Amino acid sequence: MATAAKIGIGSAINRVDGVEKVTGSARYAGEHPVENLLYGYIVEAAIAKGRVLSVDEDAARAVPGVVEVITHLNRPHVAWTDHSYQDEMKIPGSPFRPLYDDRIQFSQQPIALVLAETFEAARYAASLIEIAYETEAHNTDFDVALDEKYVPKKKRSGYVPPKDRGDAAQAFADAPLKVAGDYRLAPEHHNPMEMFGSTVEWHGDGSITVWDKTQGSQGVHAYLASVFGFSKKKLRVLNPYVGGAFGSGLRPQHQVFLAVLAAKMLERSVRVTMTRQQMFSHAYRPQAVQSIALGADRTGKLTAIRNAATTSTSRYEDNMENVVTWGLMNYDCPNADAEYTVAQIDTPTSADMRAPGAATGMTLFEIAIDEMAYAAKVDPLEFRLINYSPIDAMNGTPYTSKALREAFREGAEAFKWSERSAEPRSMREGSELIGWGCATGMWDAQFSKTSASAKLTANGHLEVACATSDIGTGSYTVMTLVAADTLGLPPEQITAKLGDSDLPTAPVEGGSWGAASSGAAVQLACQAVGKKLLKAAGKIAGEPLGGAKIEDVLFEDGCIVLKDTPTVRVPFGDAMRAADLTEIEEEATAAPGFGDMWKGLHKSKNTHSAIFAEVRVDEELGVVRVTRIVDAVAAGRIINPKTARSQILGGVVMGIGMALHEETFSDHRLGRWMNHNFGEYHVPVHADIHDIQVIFVDEPDPEVTPLGVKGLGEIGIVGTAAAIANAIYHATGKRVRSLPITIDKILE
Amino acid sequence: MNRFDYTRPASVAEAVQAGTGEQVRYLAGGTNLIDLMKENVDQPTTVIDINRLPLNAIEELDGGGLRLGALVPNSDTAWDARVEQRYPLLSSAILAGASPQLRNAATNGGNLNQRTRCYYFYDVATPCNKRKPGSGCGAIGGVNRIHAILGASDQCIATHPSDMCVALAVLDAIVQVTGPEGDRAIPIADYHRLPGDEPWRDNTLRPGELVTGIDLPAEDFTKNYTYLKLRDRLSYAFALVSIAVAMRIEGSTIAEARVALGGVAHKPWRSTEAEKLLKGQQPSPQTFSAFADALLAGAVGQCKNDFKIPLARKGIVRALKQAAEATPQSQTDKRIA
Repeated sequence: MATAAKIGIGSAINRVDGVEKVTGSARYAGEHPVENLLYGYIVEAAIAKGRVLSVDEDAARAVPGVVEVITHLNRPHVAWTDHSYQDEMKIPGSPFRPLYDDRIQFSQQPIALVLAETFEAARYAASLIEIAYETEAHNTDFDVALDEKYVPKKKRSGYVPPKDRGDAAQAFADAPLKVAGDYRLAPEHHNPMEMFGSTVEWHGDGSITVWDKTQGSQGVHAYLASVFGFSKKKLRVLNPYVGGAFGSGLRPQHQVFLAVLAAKMLERSVRVTMTRQQMFSHAYRPQAVQSIALGADRTGKLTAIRNAATTSTSRYEDNMENVVTWGLMNYDCPNADAEYTVAQIDTPTSADMRAPGAATGMTLFEIAIDEMAYAAKVDPLEFRLINYSPIDAMNGTPYTSKALREAFREGAEAFKWSERSAEPRSMREGSELIGWGCATGMWDAQFSKTSASAKLTANGHLEVACATSDIGTGSYTVMTLVAADTLGLPPEQITAKLGDSDLPTAPVEGGSWGAASSGAAVQLACQAVGKKLLKAAGKIAGEPLGGAKIEDVLFEDGCIVLKDTPTVRVPFGDAMRAADLTEIEEEATAAPGFGDMWKGLHKSKNTHSAIFAEVRVDEELGVVRVTRIVDAVAAGRIINPKTARSQILGGVVMGIGMALHEETFSDHRLGRWMNHNFGEYHVPVHADIHDIQVIFVDEPDPEVTPLGVKGLGEIGIVGTAAAIANAIYHATGKRVRSLPITIDKILE
Repeated sequence: MNRFDYTRPASVAEAVQAGTGEQVRYLAGGTNLIDLMKENVDQPTTVIDINRLPLNAIEELDGGGLRLGALVPNSDTAWDARVEQRYPLLSSAILAGASPQLRNAATNGGNLNQRTRCYYFYDVATPCNKRKPGSGCGAIGGVNRIHAILGASDQCIATHPSDMCVALAVLDAIVQVTGPEGDRAIPIADYHRLPGDEPWRDNTLRPGELVTGIDLPAEDFTKNYTYLKLRDRLSYAFALVSIAVAMRIEGSTIAEARVALGGVAHKPWRSTEAEKLLKGQQPSPQTFSAFADALLAGAVGQCKNDFKIPLARKGIVRALKQAAEATPQSQTDKRIA
């Protein structure tokens, strides 16, 4: 019997939710239709620090359609301990509590919520609220805050303290070749396309349904239950579609708190959405300064690495990232030390943003590595190979896999790196200087305990479900492909459900662990269904499968097939009818350590990439064009090459933004971000994007995660800005150590 | 957004009649006004929708010029065959601005009257003399990367954000307006104003006056011209510095040259006095540099925007070269010609 090519893990298929997204039938949090809805508009603090003395609401309340103004003065009871506000991704400190008291901790902090029958009435009324403040001295200048940088006592979960080796200070002092400098990254805001929004449906029986823009429905569920005292069954949180988040949705944002607060107080359905300007009122990537000192001998062998970094956090929480570890892990060098500190400024707590820590610390480190290569007069790619470490050089542990060498080779070949002329300013065309640069990218291959269910009905339809999120990453498609692969069904017969706190438990989606974790859970659940199917087939008269065990069969085209005798095929429906089953439903949990993962227990697990960039810089005017990028990625097994490529393309584009455009400017006198809109906060546009080639290097790795998947959400951004910065140096001979590299820094 | 009265007059006369009063605004493409209203930067009591007025044609003028109707979309203007052939500088400048979607909605009259993109003007939580007279200028001593280096005052250092107007300045366009006191023709150089002590006044329109069209005199700047825009990304960003050049070369000498700068002042910056330095000269880097120094005479940085002065100087020299060599800047190929 002729069968169509099996679609499963490794098949490049379209996003299964693509049609819904491009036709607009996919509803986002702020779009879900609910009857008799009230609209909330957030009033933000105009000062960075101090207290609210009084709120004059009279004019606002007089606006037709306005129903209520909620402030700390009239809000209903909410939880009062820090513990109650600690979310799944909590950071040590005292979490921000919206409308809790008169204290103002950052500019744009929500201090009132206006509720009205229309959004515009609420927004206008919000503009009429007069607030009297008592101001206190603030500081938003990171450079000033650096004077009081410190090592937080309580470390954030996931923080990896750097491990020193050898004597880096002495080795640096003795090194014949040295590079030392301060490397900087400007504050960046995530700015996903979809603004934060929440729609709360008040059912009237004490229960609510919340559509929220979040990376984790169950994280928000737990937070709301804790803060508002909802019994868990009276609360359901949904996020079936999320228009990007990049980490800004890892923690519950304040609009969901405010929407639920208002719904509870007014016993009505409420929607609160942020404007683009208000998207600058919360999470941002911390500002960073990294002092890097490298020593090498005359052959280009590293002898010393000194890597110290400070990132910005708020006054009320100690956000920590893994900034300084990457360089120590990635390079073979006998002497290395590192130090990581944070510095407080009067802003909201900084937050994870795509490849937190690595996008900062690996990128800046890779600029310093490039400088060292030039100092040693060694080709930058060759320099990386000379100092290549097949093991995790910081921890002394082997990797489950590290195909970075292959990534360098394949990337260099595709880029034609060998045709590069070594000297800076040596390649030009007309008025443009051409530069080629490269860098290494690195991220963690993570796995997180996740459950999933699979339900097969006798008509051959399979539904797989897991409370994970799809923030544009392709989770629906990943779950569908894994299920198709495991039970041998075509994707059209499979429905993937996610983004619902009622579904089997999954962590917040982030850290690139989503595909590996939810994929493994879906596979386990489908395997359990397979076993039930085989058992059911045993009831068929004459036992066509002859008592075959699970390892003796495979699932193909909706049939159980004997491996040894592929002509023996039992359709799923036949097996289920024989056992009098209308459906088979199984739930399974994938936890770290099962399958071959135990072998990787004491190994380091990381993704790697080799990025090559070509820039063209107008010699006189300093205008930069990134004309070519090749990103060769070693990330284990690729579930869907098509959406995987999209992930990397997105990361690279964001890396171009980090290299050239993204920066939030603060007026330190006002303590306020000033370019808080899309006109003046620049992300790359079409004209900034040229040829981007993505290569996935073959990297089988059964030990890293059950499916051999390492994850792709972050790796595309890490190092990309360094490759571009290094290419700009190669083109112009001008070394810029501060990102973004704007026109003024090149002309300086 | 505040509550406001909305009217949609059927004729220009009716519009002008309705247009008197303090907080009255004419609404055309709305690409700027609506944003300002959403952010409560502007709170008109009456919005007069002029989109149905018969001001949406491009017409021939006696003597070989063109009249651009105030309501013709920027896109239609840029791609109009007559404009492309006779005023390629204007087409180029329009296409250097905003995005296709915005250009499709934005009109010629609206482009003239768009407000500054100063961060402080847009944020009602901060001081701004242009938005709220007497509240101070936040940009002075603040975040002023995008601000003026020429013609600013101690009240305001905002810039006019238009690209189109920079080309109009070079083309000596005439703005046709009508109002309660009848019709007026305002030379483009007199249309926008410097902030001085009244930064809330962007232009010299009198209360209730409505732009009806823009006249382009007959000129022949179809060969030696350019519009060079330098910005923080390659498209969809306001100019840090932009340079419009129109030149006539006879033999090997410059018979006439006009240059205007965008992104550097409260209005397109032009100096007919400085342009005399180019007249009768051979195109050369020295001549261009001398001119750049003259045009930038008195330029003052505000700290974060100090780089604009050398950037403008280099940009002017480059743009003059582009014009002299008849290699105008492409607005699609972002390589600088």
